[in-house]
Amino acid sequence: MRHFYTSICLVFILLTLGNSNIAIAQVDTFKFDTPEQQQRFRKLSDELRCPMCQNTNLSGSTGGVAEDLRREIHRMIVEGLTDADIEKFMFDRYGDFIFYKPRFRAETAFLWFAPILFLLLGFAAGYMVWRKSKLSAHQSASLDVGQLNRLNDLLDSKQ
Amino acid sequence: MNRFAFFVPVIAFFALALMLWQGLYLDTKALPSMLIDKPMPEFALTTVDGDEVTNADLPDQAFLLNIWGSYCLPCLIEHPTFMRLAEEGEIPVVGVNYRDRQNLALNWLDDNGNPFEFSILDESGRFGIDLGVYGAPETYLVDGDGVIRYRHVSVLDESVWREEFMPAIAELRSGVSQ
Repeated sequence: MRHFYTSICLVFILLTLGNSNIAIAQVDTFKFDTPEQQQRFRKLSDELRCPMCQNTNLSGSTGGVAEDLRREIHRMIVEGLTDADIEKFMFDRYGDFIFYKPRFRAETAFLWFAPILFLLLGFAAGYMVWRKSKLSAHQSASLDVGQLNRLNDLLDSKQ
Repeated sequence: MNRFAFFVPVIAFFALALMLWQGLYLDTKALPSMLIDKPMPEFALTTVDGDEVTNADLPDQAFLLNIWGSYCLPCLIEHPTFMRLAEEGEIPVVGVNYRDRQNLALNWLDDNGNPFEFSILDESGRFGIDLGVYGAPETYLVDGDGVIRYRHVSVLDESVWREEFMPAIAELRSGVSQ
């Protein structure tokens, strides 16, 4: 019986491993003039996001609009447009959403700087806490003569 | 000063909590259109009936531009609203038959009725890309100057019409009369 379960498990593991070898990208039948153009196509369709099926890139999506956008990228590459031109084409129509990595602009500045800002705020807060604890430790250790006398008077009056 | 310092993290916590709470109710499927306040993209295509059509053929008053397809079930759901709008003459509706086949589109209009002034045939989806369309149904509100004013993604039913489109159209029309 145990052998049976072991073999079932093994089958599943093999199936999973097999699956991981199946290409995730949609098969493209586009023709390019140079391998370099093909590389650029791969890179762009990996980095651009499908607007319809939101958590996949263009290369991994079966969505209709993703198919159309892959075709447009191919057309623009073959026509000799640069990557920047193609990114602008996409941005003008689909906005920041099309980029997995939003481009740096005034509107996206907060997004880019927020982590650094929060890190600095954290350091500032940490420093303030540290300074305060040091200050109060220092203060409590040394009452001046007047304070000592008052303390003694208070203790005496309680007795 | 001490009191204030104590409240800073509390206020920060509530500000963050409020922001995240609002995030729960964001409709992440409805992306903002890049074409708001921009003119309709230039086009020279044919209608589903085979007539040539360009920007010059668009209505010279405010109109709706509805992206539809015969394969699109939600389009069938919103269809009665467009039929009513057309019948009652509330606003002209222009269709964009998106990523469809001409004969299927014509059959669909025969079966369900045709609320459109005309439907632009966009079999390849290329005109859809210029509009920033990512799937039917979508509906754009375009003003009399051919400038896109509003986009609604997914079904436009009577309540969407009342709550989103009627105020936007009223605003457009009041602007025109001034």
